[in-house]
Amino acid sequence: MSFSIYDFTSLTQSVDQALKNSLSPTWALIIEMVIVGLIFLMFYALLGLFLVYAERKICAFIQNRLGPNRVGPLGLFQTIADLIKLLMKELIYIKQADKLLFNLAPFIVIIASFMAIAAIPFAKGLHAIDLNIGIFYIMAVSSLGVVGILLAGWSSNSKYSLIGAMRSGAQIISYELSVGLSLLSIVIFSGTMQISGIVESQADAWWIIKGHIPAIIAFLIFLIASTAETNRGPFDLAEAESELTAGFHTEYSGIKFAFFFLAEYMNMFIVAAIATTVFLGGWMPFHIPGLLSFNTVMDYIPPVVWFMGKTAFIIFIMMWFKWTFPRLRIDQLLKLEWKYLLPLNLINILVIAFVVLMGWYLH
Amino acid sequence: MEEVIKDIIIKENEDYIINMGPQHPSTHGVLRFEVCLVGETVKYLIPHCGYIHRGIEKMCEKDTYQQIIHLTDRMDYLSAHINNEAVCLCVENALQVQVPERVVYIRTILSELSRIASHQLWWAAFGMDMGALTTFFYGLRDREKILDIFEESFGSRLLHSFNTPGGLMHDIHPNFQNGIKEFIKYFRKKLPEYDQLLTNNVIFKERSIGLGVLSKEDAISFGITGPSGRASGFACDIRKRFPYSAYDKVQFNEILFNEGDTFHRYKARIEEMKESMNILEQLVDNIPAGDYTAKLKPIIKLPVGEYYQRVEAARGELGVYIISDGNKNPLRVKFRTPNFSNLFIMNKLAAGSKIADLVAISGSLDLVIPDIDR
Amino acid sequence: MTNEDLKLKISSQVPDAEFSENKQFTEALIPHLSLHKLALWLKNDPETRFDYLFCLTGVDYGSELAVVYHLNSTSHKHDLVLKVKTNNRENPSFDTVCDIWRTAEYFEREVFDLFGIRFNNHPDMRRLFLDDDWKGFPLRKDYTDEHTIERK
Repeated sequence: MSFSIYDFTSLTQSVDQALKNSLSPTWALIIEMVIVGLIFLMFYALLGLFLVYAERKICAFIQNRLGPNRVGPLGLFQTIADLIKLLMKELIYIKQADKLLFNLAPFIVIIASFMAIAAIPFAKGLHAIDLNIGIFYIMAVSSLGVVGILLAGWSSNSKYSLIGAMRSGAQIISYELSVGLSLLSIVIFSGTMQISGIVESQADAWWIIKGHIPAIIAFLIFLIASTAETNRGPFDLAEAESELTAGFHTEYSGIKFAFFFLAEYMNMFIVAAIATTVFLGGWMPFHIPGLLSFNTVMDYIPPVVWFMGKTAFIIFIMMWFKWTFPRLRIDQLLKLEWKYLLPLNLINILVIAFVVLMGWYLH
Repeated sequence: MEEVIKDIIIKENEDYIINMGPQHPSTHGVLRFEVCLVGETVKYLIPHCGYIHRGIEKMCEKDTYQQIIHLTDRMDYLSAHINNEAVCLCVENALQVQVPERVVYIRTILSELSRIASHQLWWAAFGMDMGALTTFFYGLRDREKILDIFEESFGSRLLHSFNTPGGLMHDIHPNFQNGIKEFIKYFRKKLPEYDQLLTNNVIFKERSIGLGVLSKEDAISFGITGPSGRASGFACDIRKRFPYSAYDKVQFNEILFNEGDTFHRYKARIEEMKESMNILEQLVDNIPAGDYTAKLKPIIKLPVGEYYQRVEAARGELGVYIISDGNKNPLRVKFRTPNFSNLFIMNKLAAGSKIADLVAISGSLDLVIPDIDR
Repeated sequence: MTNEDLKLKISSQVPDAEFSENKQFTEALIPHLSLHKLALWLKNDPETRFDYLFCLTGVDYGSELAVVYHLNSTSHKHDLVLKVKTNNRENPSFDTVCDIWRTAEYFEREVFDLFGIRFNNHPDMRRLFLDDDWKGFPLRKDYTDEHTIERK
C-alpha cells in the first residue's frame, strides 16, 4: 500500500482491493459508501465552520472592523460557539404552517448541496464518483436546492417568506440557464462531460488561458450567474433583509435555520469548486508551456493545495461582491439575465464552437 | 373642491396586505406601513403612526420653558441641537432678549455639526436599505468624530440639551475649535469615499435614478421640506429664506435640483454636507469672546401672545409655535416637525413601484419616527 | 404686498374678518363658514398665492376651540396666519382645506385626534396617533383620565 500526496489513486484502490478481498462485493460497496459519506460529513462540518469564520473576518476587513476575536485565538472558535448556541435554541413551530413540508425543507436544501459535492475532484484519485456525465449531474443536482427554498417559503405560511421564495424561484430558474450554458462552453472545448476528463485536458494549461477571450467571457458569466444561484449579495433578493426581514427563512429558528445558513456556505463552496475545476484547471498546477523548470517547481505543490487555493480565491471574490454592492431589484435581476447574460452566452457558445472547429485555441 | 384628489386609497377585500413594521429593518423605528401588493408591485400603502407617541406637546403645557428644551431633544434625536435652538430662539424673541454674539456663533456651529452628523447616519442607513451593508460602518466611522467633539464640550454624545433660553448651559471646551478644524480636514478627505462606495456604483444609480419622482408642485402642496424638498426644486431652506442665528453672516449655497428623484434626494444631502463644512470653516475661527449666556430671570414668563419660530433642522423645516397666557407654562406648544409632513408623501411616491423601491424611497426621505409621533 | 394691502384684500372677500398684528405675522380671525372659500381664493389669486401651508395647529383657549393656519407664499415670500374659532365644544367642526393644501390632510387628522375637531369633507377622518377606541381628546384643557398625574 503506497501513499503519495500527489496521487491518491493507489491509496483508494488498495483500500478498495482490501475490502473486496475480505468481503462480498455488495458489502464492500456498502462499506465504501459509508466511509465516503462519513468523510464528506466531517469535511462538510469543518468547511462550514471555516467558511463562516472566513466570511466574518473578510467582511470585517472590508468594513473597517476587527471581526470575531474573543473566542479562542484570533476568534477561531467563534463559529463553534455559534453552532452550540444554534443547537441549543428552541425550535419554534408555527401553528398554521404545513408541518411536514416545513420540517422537510431545510433537509432538501442541505441534501442538494451534499449531493453536488460528490462529483468534485479534490486531487488526482480523490474523487467520490467520476460519472461520465459529471457536468450534467452537477447542473441537475444543484438546481434541486430551489425546491427546498420554495417549500420553506410556502409552508411557513408567512407573507414575507412567500415573497422571498417566489423571488428565489424566479431567480434560480433564470440563472440556471447561464450557469449551464457557460459550463457547456468548456464542454465544447474539452470534448467531454466527465469531470476527470475536463481536469486532465488542462494538464498543459488551464482552459481560461487556453480558450482565451471566449473562455474568459464564459468564466465571468459563470461567476455572476453562480453568485446569483447561491442567493448571495448583490443577488440576495430571497433574503433581502432590509425588505423582507429574512425572506424564505424568516420563520425558522435554531438548528433548522443553521441548516439554511450552512447550505448557503456549502453552495458557495461548490460553485467555487466547479469554477475551479472547469475553468481554472481543478487540482492541476499552474503551467506555462515551454518553461520546464518553472513547471517542475509548480508540480511540487500538492494538488489538494492547488485546488483549495483556487477555490478560496473564488470564494473571496464572491464575498467581496457581497460586502461592496447594493442589492439589485427583482426586475433588474431578471433583465440582467434574460437581456444581457443569456444572449451573450448563446453568442459566446457559437463563437466557441467556431473556435474549436478552426482549432484557434492553444493545444 | 378645487382638485379631485387622485391618489385616494380604495381598499378591497382580496387585497394582499403585508405589514411592514412596527418592527422592520427598513422603517428605522416603530412605524407601520400597511402595504398592498400585486405580486412584487405596491398597489397602495397606508402609514400608521403613533407607536411612540409620547404626548410631548401635552407635557410641554405643564413644563417651564427651560424644561421644554429637554423634551425637544427627544423628537428628532439626530438633530437634537437644532430642535433646542428653535425653542430657545422662540423664547428669546418673545422676551426680546439679545443673546451675546458668542452664543449665536456657537449655536450656528453646533447646528451645522449636527446636520453633518445626521446626514452621515442617514447615508449609512440608506446604504443598508439598498443592500450595501458596508456603508453603515463607513458612515458611523466618520460620525464618531463629531460625537467626540460633542462629548468633549457637552459631556453627552446624542441628546446634549446644551442650549437654554438666553444662551448656553456652559462655555465650550478650549479644544472645541481645534477639534472642528481637524474634523473638517479629516472629513474632506473621507467624503470622496462615499462617492466611490455608493454614489458611483452602477447598481445604485440604476436603482435610484428616476425612482419616486416628486414634482415641485407636490412638494409645496404636501409641505415636503429639507433636502427632500430641495431635490424637487422647492427653495425651502429656512437658513436662506428667514435667516436666524449667524446664517446672515456666512456665505453658502442652497442646494437645489429639479429632478426630484431618489438619486437627487441622495445627492442633495451629500452636497449639503459639503456646504455645512464651508459654513463651519467661516465661523470656527471667528467665535467672538464674551459671555456664554444672557442674564435671564430664573422663572421665565412670556408676555401674552403667540410666537412662531422656524429653523432648518437636518430633515427640513422645524416650526415652534408657542401660545402664552403670561404664566410660567405655555398655554399651547405646537411643533411643526419636518418628518410629519415628509412621511405622508410615501403613498404617492411608492404606489406602482416594487417592494425594494418602497424601501429605497422611504430611506431617501430620511424619516425619523419619534419626530413624527412626538 | 404690504400687510395693509393684504388686510384690504381679505376684507374685500370676507367683510367680517378681524385683524390683529404681532411682530411676525398678520393674523386674520375669520368666521369658519367662509374659511374654505377664502383659503381657495388666497391660494389662487395671483397677488396673494399662498401655496404653502407650513403649519396647522389646533388650540384650546379654555372656552373656545380654534384652528390656526400658517400660510406662506413661495413666490411672493409673505406670510399670513388664518384663525377660525368655535364655541361648540360638543361637536366642533370646520371645513377641510386638504383639497387646497394636501399636507393639511394629516395635520387635520392630528387635530381631530387630539382636540376632537371634525373637518367636513375630509377623505379619511380617523385618529392618527391614538388608538381608535381612545376616549376623549387629550390636548383639550378639560381632558382627564385615571392616569393623569397632577404635578403640584
